Amino acid sequence: MTAVVGTPRLRKEDPKLLTGEGKYVDDIQVAGQLWMGMVRSPYAHARINSIDTSAAEAADGVAGVYTGPQLAEMGLWIAPLPCAWPVTDDMVNPEHYPTAMDEVHHVGEIVAVVLADSRYGAADAAELVDVDYEPLDAVASIAAARDGSATAHSAHETNKAYHWPLIPDPDALEAAFANATHTVTGEFVQQRLIPAAMEPRGVLAVPSPMGGDVTLYSSTQVPHILKVMIAATTGISEAKLRIVAPAVGGGFGAKLNVNPDEILAVTLANKLGRAVRWTETRSEAAFSTHQGRGQLQKIELAADADGKITGCRVHVDADMGAYMMLITPGVPLLGSFLYTGVYDVPAFGFTCDGYFTNLTPTDAYRGAGRPEASYAIERAMDLLALEVGVGPDEIRRRNYLGGGDHFTDMETASTLVFDSGHYSPNLDAALEMSDYAGLRAEQQRRRDAGDAKQLGIGLCTYVEICGLAPSRALAGLNYGAGGWEHAMVRFLPTGKVEVVSGSTPHGQGHETSWSMIVADKLGIDPDDVTVLHSDTAISPLGLDTYGSRSLSVGGVAISMACDKVIDKAKQIAAHQMEANPDDLDFAGGTFSVKGQPGAELPIQAIAFGAFTAHDLPDGMEPNLQEQVTFDPPNFAFPFGTHVAVTEVDTETGEVELIDYIAIDDCGNQINPLIVEGQVHGGIVQGVAQALYEGASYDDAGNCRNPSLMDYLVPSAMEMPNIKTGFTTTPSTSNPLGVKGVGEAGTIGSAAAVVNAICDALSPYGVTDLEMPATPQRVWNAINGGAS
Amino acid sequence: MIPAAFDYVEAESVDAAIAALTEHGDEAKLMAGGHSLIPLMKFRLATPGVIVDIGRMEGLNSIDDRGDHIAIGALTRHMSVETSELLGAEAPLLKHVASQVGDPSVRHRGTIGGSLAHGDPASDLPAAILALGATLVAKGPGGEREIAATDFFTGFLETALADDEMLTEIRVPKMAGAGWSYQKFNRRAQDWAIVGVAAVSNGSTSLSLVNMGPTPMRASAAEAAINGGGSIDDAAAAAADGASPPDDLNGDAAYRTHLASVLVRRALTEAQG
Repeated sequence: MTAVVGTPRLRKEDPKLLTGEGKYVDDIQVAGQLWMGMVRSPYAHARINSIDTSAAEAADGVAGVYTGPQLAEMGLWIAPLPCAWPVTDDMVNPEHYPTAMDEVHHVGEIVAVVLADSRYGAADAAELVDVDYEPLDAVASIAAARDGSATAHSAHETNKAYHWPLIPDPDALEAAFANATHTVTGEFVQQRLIPAAMEPRGVLAVPSPMGGDVTLYSSTQVPHILKVMIAATTGISEAKLRIVAPAVGGGFGAKLNVNPDEILAVTLANKLGRAVRWTETRSEAAFSTHQGRGQLQKIELAADADGKITGCRVHVDADMGAYMMLITPGVPLLGSFLYTGVYDVPAFGFTCDGYFTNLTPTDAYRGAGRPEASYAIERAMDLLALEVGVGPDEIRRRNYLGGGDHFTDMETASTLVFDSGHYSPNLDAALEMSDYAGLRAEQQRRRDAGDAKQLGIGLCTYVEICGLAPSRALAGLNYGAGGWEHAMVRFLPTGKVEVVSGSTPHGQGHETSWSMIVADKLGIDPDDVTVLHSDTAISPLGLDTYGSRSLSVGGVAISMACDKVIDKAKQIAAHQMEANPDDLDFAGGTFSVKGQPGAELPIQAIAFGAFTAHDLPDGMEPNLQEQVTFDPPNFAFPFGTHVAVTEVDTETGEVELIDYIAIDDCGNQINPLIVEGQVHGGIVQGVAQALYEGASYDDAGNCRNPSLMDYLVPSAMEMPNIKTGFTTTPSTSNPLGVKGVGEAGTIGSAAAVVNAICDALSPYGVTDLEMPATPQRVWNAINGGAS
Repeated sequence: MIPAAFDYVEAESVDAAIAALTEHGDEAKLMAGGHSLIPLMKFRLATPGVIVDIGRMEGLNSIDDRGDHIAIGALTRHMSVETSELLGAEAPLLKHVASQVGDPSVRHRGTIGGSLAHGDPASDLPAAILALGATLVAKGPGGEREIAATDFFTGFLETALADDEMLTEIRVPKMAGAGWSYQKFNRRAQDWAIVGVAAVSNGSTSLSLVNMGPTPMRASAAEAAINGGGSIDDAAAAAADGASPPDDLNGDAAYRTHLASVLVRRALTEAQG
């Protein structure tokens, strides 16, 4: 067999998805099902005086209408919705139930649920529920939360949720700034982003006809975590719950949660003995699914006369939204360790204050904390370059960890140990592929000519944390779960292989990548490998997919399980060939005896022998299947250099991204085609933050752009042809030397684009632009107004 | 995103459609391609009691040479306008503007009559027919009447059509080699214009504006400047005179005023070039 790992290979998932044969939650129909219609608050903050459900109850096809207090009285839950990451011991965590009890805290919060026999009937009946609200002052921004003249929760006296510091050496940090030749300060807004996965979220809870068991089909990234959390929230035993994530059309972190609708569907189905379902509408998604980002950042760099950084100080005010969802408070902390980027920073300090607002809760969104960190340090590096008077490439080079040379296991000022890095060749490759010198010459030509369209070139040399995560490291952060992953590999009697993956895909191509790993390990055809996943009845153990962890944790577990299968097969082969196991070679799927040409046994024959169990070593269990639960010793730290080239129309403020070059290093690659796809998608998502997207709220907490007509998700038409290249620096955190690539593009691209716009406009004195850099903002900046 | 309940009538002829409109009065709404109406219904911003579907009606979908003008049936899809060789030769501005509407799926469903009768000031096609000086033909219980494009758009999403009238035909004067330009400023390929400008120049110049007020409108002050012997810059300076541009997330009124000026300059430069 020729090795397939490292070669581009079309995804085995795609024919089904591309021909419309993928079954999403909304495609699954069950006889007798009831639709949930959500009555949602039109106010960001209000007291509920009364709810009149009589008209809705009388409507055709309505099976029931339930308010929060009624559901609580029915005993449908034993605990509020979970927050698994209480970042400090004194963190404020307002009780958050699937429906509001007596006060609503964001627009779109559920105040009552209608059950009806059709989706239209549920929507019509929900409109008939009459809620008497007493509006209260809303906290609609971080600034308002800090100001504190109104509180987001009447039961709490302050909007502050927590204060989290990471200052390894305060004296050294102070000294660095006291002795600095150069200092720069950047203050940045990380606007709220609406995740907008192509498939909206949906749930379908189906009770067992015999009672007692419930199967939940959910458009989720985390069926395993969801099972544990639903059990803990509802009191239904995990043994009675089965969670299935069918085809899932993208998640980006937004399907990494435990949502009110999921709890409502499971408990109502369990109570009523009828299937209960709901699919969010696109407009509803702006309220019913958490959002990303939502931070105000201040970063200060201290440097010596040569621009060598001596200290980095960061403060973040983070918008929790109305409630703590599953990992809401921890998202900024995931970024905290990356504010020093790829740079050798002797002294570092980070503090974060979390604030409640009366807005949709925030939580993980592609990159979760790391894009924010990368943006801050990479924007600040450009400010430092201007301050010191050197180019953006040079300022980076002067500060690279390890001098830009190859290193392994390097401790950084933020206390993490980077597995491996080799930054200078990566930057060199990006400068060459982009024709950086040629771009600078063209930029100068346009400046000299006073061209209406000015050219900007933006660099970003990012690093990110993948492979969530070593369980002990998570314990140190007060995270409420581990970071291991489970895998099982079994030979079937006919020589085909089944893989059971705890890591659960929602578009990443696990079936293809895992097949390639197994094929090379076992010497079989990748098409002979079937990957089972996403159903807790089939794959009972797992911690799912987020934080670019699948390959570097779950994929490694599969590789290790293959090793154990080979070890067991070798014992059987040695027994059957009457040889010493140590004298056997295994290559291309065949065991052979050293020095005995012709003495060979294919692993498929051994698999059949394990099935018949006619001739196994004494005491050996008759099967050829092994499982591994892998907990990595360290994170993995991919890195890369992105170059954005923008043309800014100085007459209109319009920014066109005319070229984009990405040189990424994710360690060893399994399927370069999937890697490239992840890089492309990630870049577009970061460009979207830089140029297009941002949830906008008025002072009363109403979202001004909840639909895709006003919330500008860019399409292929707005993107240049992205040019990708790679360097390869294997990770030392796992035996495959892999790192992870799912979020890298997003982490590198927003800063590259904004750096490029600021670069284009430096002759106009523009040094910063708030995201998204809309034409009006850019035009205002050019004309000396507020950006 | 789930519309309220409504009754549905499929009209197989113009007379049947008019009869349905007459019967149901302002409860009824005509639907051709549905690409303006259905989104409003899904948001429950429009809740018509009766939908009169004219989308599959025979006829009213041809593009004919009538000597001094081209007659376009109201149910002609944008894609047919966009790909018409006749329009390419005789009214290339309209052919081009049709290609700027929405995205391909919108252009395969949406109709020229539906877009015009919706009267959205941010739509592309109204600007084209204003700049071209087209005539619209409406039919009601009392028969047909002609409405000049400049008289057609009467208020925000309001037109000169009566409740019981249906737009049947658009008559576009042949451009006879006139210079033209359509400047559409938007963020994404499929979006409405933040501001747009259409220009037709053949001795005298006509200019129209997209999304610069509650209705599609002519840029009368800029037209007066350029037709009165002023320079392109004079016309650009007057671009937004008389307009009342909206403030929204895409831009405030001052920015739109500036954009209109830039786009009028670009449109005149191209049309007169």
